[in-house]
Amino acid sequence: MDIGLYHYLSLAAFLFAIGLYGILTRRNAIAILMSLELMFNAVNINLVAFNRFSGSDGLSGQIFALFVIAIAAAEATVGLAIVILIYRNWRSIDADRVNLLKW
Amino acid sequence: MINITPLIPELFLLVMAIVVLMLDLFSSRRTVVVPAYVSMAAVIITGFLVFKFGGDAVRWGSNAIFVADSFSQFFKVIILGAAFLAIGSSFGTADRMTHHRGEFFALLLFSTVGMMFLVSAKELILLYVGLELTTIPLFVLVAYQKTNRASSEAGLKYLIIGAASSAILLYGLSLLYGYTGTTYLNEIAQKTAVYFLSHGFIPNAEGTTDLVGMGPAFSVALMMIIAGLTFKLAIVPFHMWAPDVYEGAPTPITAFLSVGSKAAGLAAIIRIFDGMLYAFSHDTMPNDSWGTMMAVLAAVTMVAGNIIAIRQTNIKRMLAYSSIAQAGYILIGVIAASKLGVASCGFYMFAYMFANMGAFAIVGLYAEKTGKKNISDFAGLSKTSPIIAALMTMFMLSLAGIPPLAGFMAKYYIFAAAIEAGYTWLVILALLMSVVSLYYYANVVRIMYMVDSDNKHHIIPSFPAGLVLALTGIGVLLFGILPQSILDMAYKTASSFIF
Repeated sequence: MDIGLYHYLSLAAFLFAIGLYGILTRRNAIAILMSLELMFNAVNINLVAFNRFSGSDGLSGQIFALFVIAIAAAEATVGLAIVILIYRNWRSIDADRVNLLKW
Repeated sequence: MINITPLIPELFLLVMAIVVLMLDLFSSRRTVVVPAYVSMAAVIITGFLVFKFGGDAVRWGSNAIFVADSFSQFFKVIILGAAFLAIGSSFGTADRMTHHRGEFFALLLFSTVGMMFLVSAKELILLYVGLELTTIPLFVLVAYQKTNRASSEAGLKYLIIGAASSAILLYGLSLLYGYTGTTYLNEIAQKTAVYFLSHGFIPNAEGTTDLVGMGPAFSVALMMIIAGLTFKLAIVPFHMWAPDVYEGAPTPITAFLSVGSKAAGLAAIIRIFDGMLYAFSHDTMPNDSWGTMMAVLAAVTMVAGNIIAIRQTNIKRMLAYSSIAQAGYILIGVIAASKLGVASCGFYMFAYMFANMGAFAIVGLYAEKTGKKNISDFAGLSKTSPIIAALMTMFMLSLAGIPPLAGFMAKYYIFAAAIEAGYTWLVILALLMSVVSLYYYANVVRIMYMVDSDNKHHIIPSFPAGLVLALTGIGVLLFGILPQSILDMAYKTASSFIF
């Protein structure tokens, strides 16, 4: 069986959905950050696959993916810093217990 | 060789942000005054540079990547204005920090640079990088009060929801790229327009079939992009982060978030919706379905924002819901998709900047002095600080849209644009909701003037805070009575679009 564009797109869609599900259901802040990473990587698969199969000889999809990787790293850094801050203030990284602000 | 002159304002501000960072590192006396005034000066100079180096575009081949057109200039003025006012009102907040004061201002400037890129971006990668440069410093700024539980909670919430929304936006962008094979907005617009007219779907560059048949994917891509951007604008149903983040963040950052971030997101939405979708939506799409979708979003936003705002007791939370409702009004101008629509969006944002920055500045001042943040705590303010109370009244009435203040003219033009475009039902709903909003805005005024209390706090603003209040007060009055000059400017910005 040939592996074509649709296989890559399906994989990306599944990864994205798993990531979104993780954000909505996980309570551990680190797990939420990991789910976010899954969503970004789904996008990267999409971009690279589109670049490969679109038939054009441009590289913008791959360059886009590089930018996404770099920015996701920056986002993860700030994210971990904030999670440490949360731990210092709350002695927990359970997102359900961090609930001072509501309605 | 690429001509980078249009980038000079952004590059200048970027360098100044690094300078501010260095100042904090090397200055022996850790005072808040130096980095803050350097940042304010940098913002003003950038404002002049925006006009000096405007009108041109950075191109790659024949495609524009970054445009410094009149539309982006207008929004950059709003963003820089918001940054200036936010820095001016954060002297007190920064003063109470034990360390990292310079970084506070440096991060604010970095975020401003990101917004300026976002407003000018005509290419998907730049659009995304600009968006992230806007939000990542804001994550840090929201969580800046390190020992404050609410601040760190707001930071976590903003981080998770901000990052999730940009992942959704990014997925949409990747589909759009896959669909059209290009990342340039003008090429995307051309391709979508041409193929929607002839085929109803979009084949790839060679016309082969591997991408054909993805018709719904294009709609999904645009929906995800709109969802991602409306997160930034806090449009219902993507607004749930806003009240929590606005309440927990340091007040000047809340103000900056509610104006600067909103202006940048709005500009991106206008570029995509009015600049790109318009190319085909009015001619080929059945019954202008994107317009209807956005109109429903605007309607739900106005109703939910205004109704929930009534029940709030915390003033920052009340202003958060009010700003959600205001985003609903602004969206009406986007939907109108006309020259007047774009102009009224710009003018609305301009008027909203003065009123909202002013209101948050007073809230911040009051909280600094008394430590109180509830609406009921403002009782008796008219006796102890009559000028502050009068200014607050002006800002509240401008937000509610009472003549002769700037907010009234802004609403007037938005509604005029919507009626011109045939959205009469939306205007009627917006008028009704404006009446509802008057209830909670006027409630603040009533408490300040009518309710007695043993409040003895006399609020004396420091020089920069006083400057902020004076500028916002003058702005709200002046552009309510004489809106013509700004409106002409806003009207010129619409020439960037094909209508």
